Amino acid sequence: MIKIGVFICHCGHNIASAVDVEKVVEFAKTLPGVAYAGHNLYSCSQEGLSSIKKSIEENELNRVVVAACTPRTHEPLFRRACEQAGINKYLFEFVNIREHCSWIHTKEPEAATEKAKKLVAMGVAKAALLEPQEEGESKVIPRAVVIGAGIAGLAAAASLLEQGIETHLVEKDDRVGGLLKDIAIIGPEGTDSQKLIGTLIGDIENSPKAHVHLNSRVKELKGFIGNFEVVIADGVEESKVEAGAIIVATGARELRPDGEYGLGECAQVVTQLELEKMLSKSELTAKSIVMINCAGSRQPGREYCSRICCNASLKNAMRILDLSPDAAVTIIHRDIMSCGTAAEALYRNASERGVRFVRYSLEQRPQVKTGTGGVSVEVFDETLDEKIDLDADMVVLATPLVSPDDSVETSKLLKVPRDKYGFFLEAHVKLRPVEFSTDGVFVCGSARWPVNARECIWQGQAAAAKASIPISEGKVRIEAITAEVNTEKCAACGNCVTACPFEAIEITDCDGVRAAKVNEAQCKGCGTCVAACHNDAIQQKGFSSRQLGAMIDALVRATTEGAQ
Amino acid sequence: MSEFNPNILAFCCNWCSYAGADLAGVNRLQMPPNVNVVRVMCSASVKPEYVFKALSQGIDGVLVLGCHIGDCHYLTGNHRTAKRIPLAARILEKVGIDPKRVRLDWVSAAEGEKFQHVVTEFVEDIRKLGPNPMREVRF
Repeated sequence: MIKIGVFICHCGHNIASAVDVEKVVEFAKTLPGVAYAGHNLYSCSQEGLSSIKKSIEENELNRVVVAACTPRTHEPLFRRACEQAGINKYLFEFVNIREHCSWIHTKEPEAATEKAKKLVAMGVAKAALLEPQEEGESKVIPRAVVIGAGIAGLAAAASLLEQGIETHLVEKDDRVGGLLKDIAIIGPEGTDSQKLIGTLIGDIENSPKAHVHLNSRVKELKGFIGNFEVVIADGVEESKVEAGAIIVATGARELRPDGEYGLGECAQVVTQLELEKMLSKSELTAKSIVMINCAGSRQPGREYCSRICCNASLKNAMRILDLSPDAAVTIIHRDIMSCGTAAEALYRNASERGVRFVRYSLEQRPQVKTGTGGVSVEVFDETLDEKIDLDADMVVLATPLVSPDDSVETSKLLKVPRDKYGFFLEAHVKLRPVEFSTDGVFVCGSARWPVNARECIWQGQAAAAKASIPISEGKVRIEAITAEVNTEKCAACGNCVTACPFEAIEITDCDGVRAAKVNEAQCKGCGTCVAACHNDAIQQKGFSSRQLGAMIDALVRATTEGAQ
Repeated sequence: MSEFNPNILAFCCNWCSYAGADLAGVNRLQMPPNVNVVRVMCSASVKPEYVFKALSQGIDGVLVLGCHIGDCHYLTGNHRTAKRIPLAARILEKVGIDPKRVRLDWVSAAEGEKFQHVVTEFVEDIRKLGPNPMREVRF
């Protein structure tokens, strides 16, 4: 027999100030299957949780509904309480009467109470049809693949190897280092970047468990957390690698906005990266240099701040002055973003050493004029409130980092999302910063967002730490919200196969019947296949059409009864 | 007769629009109390049958909210939603139910204000349409 316990939370005043909790409790008692209904001041407190557990035992409850805040934050807590009281955690249903009710109808207590009743009725109706679920387990191959051998990928690979995890490092170029290959010194501390790269790749190559693939690309990627199959192609041959985790460190590239500010038309106009190359080869002859910051960023179409360019300009201005103290350097900027103690000190030092700062606005962008003798930059100085002309031997554009041209292919290959600028999107901006929502695939460095070398190393190490969790665990649990097939109803039409974004379904022989089969470890539990099925033969655990249908029925019933 | 109070069902995907609705709550954004949210993992799991079932039983309107195109937690799930729900609306029109009773929209986890806006506007639209005629023939 179904015995549902309903627990309505006051959440102090958060819910109780708008929703009449006692009334909702009385209403819940009238719902089919409800054996107990009560309320707690704070259901999530130790006291609240123990009273729920006590009530489960006393009333021999076998389904639990908590009407409180949002499942997105508190579901694991209540599920755990259910488990501790001997109830399968999938027999728990959450009803949100705070974010979705009391907080958005604060001045309508009556309507909020009526709505809370409806929501509870819907939750109870679903709970009655919940079934216990077993979480599956899947083995994890103790090997990782890191894509991209820039500073972030190097840090990730070195860190994985340090933990004793066999690692394949795949780099499309003929040498490692990424963007840092052409940069000698990185700011603001003045670190020797080649030494940094040398240390990391040295550590990697000294490890017997490292495999470095240069001039190589990941051509194919199949599988799921713990069981990826990666095809690495180096132009001549292809090799297949099985891995438990993938780290994406594909980085970014410097934007080269040819045609803007005379770039590509005039030899004296270069980008910061081109200046870096001249500086590392000591080829700089220019004495009068104008740098234009935010060239191509923070403007319509590319609104973001690339974060690293202001510091690059500051550092390179100082390097120019170190090489030729009589040089004149002007930085034309919109705002100087030199966050942190060291970078701020660099900004101050630059001012003290005579670097000139001129502020411009997006509406009045500087104009680069090319003539026979040299170039000049016309800029409207916001501080002076007038137009000034700056003669220059060289104009350096501080352009933003943009996502690499092949990021579309990478995102398709790995089935990971990108943001509107083409950078990869992590699973959660704050809580899961180096993970993709695809389990077992991690992201670090400028592939996600423009970051400096130090941040690349942090993130690379963080991604390695995250990737090592399933690998050292040796197995992964699969949340039981996956799809399941009723082979008797299945017509083997293949609609679900094409609908599945994760290639988790195949039509195959299922105990003598030709039907769809879901690979549980690969299924992410989206339910797309469910809606694609014409026969109602495929269902998502915890979100079946019977359960959702019952919620609709309950809403109709609660409304008609409420109206009477 | 008392004022018509629409009874609305909303399907919100777990990752974007449900989170957007949560954010609206966290920011105490006020909106009409007519919309009842059902959480699904992806808007693409919303069967057109659910929409038909709700409307045939007299629910006045159905909202389907998902992640913005390109932001789907399941990569391309919402591409299917974008095709299915407008198709469901066309079928409704064929059987004589105003297709405006179903609305598809995209609300990200960061768009609490958009959730408020969509809910408020939809309730207003349904109010204008009046009660679902199927209320009378409920079986």
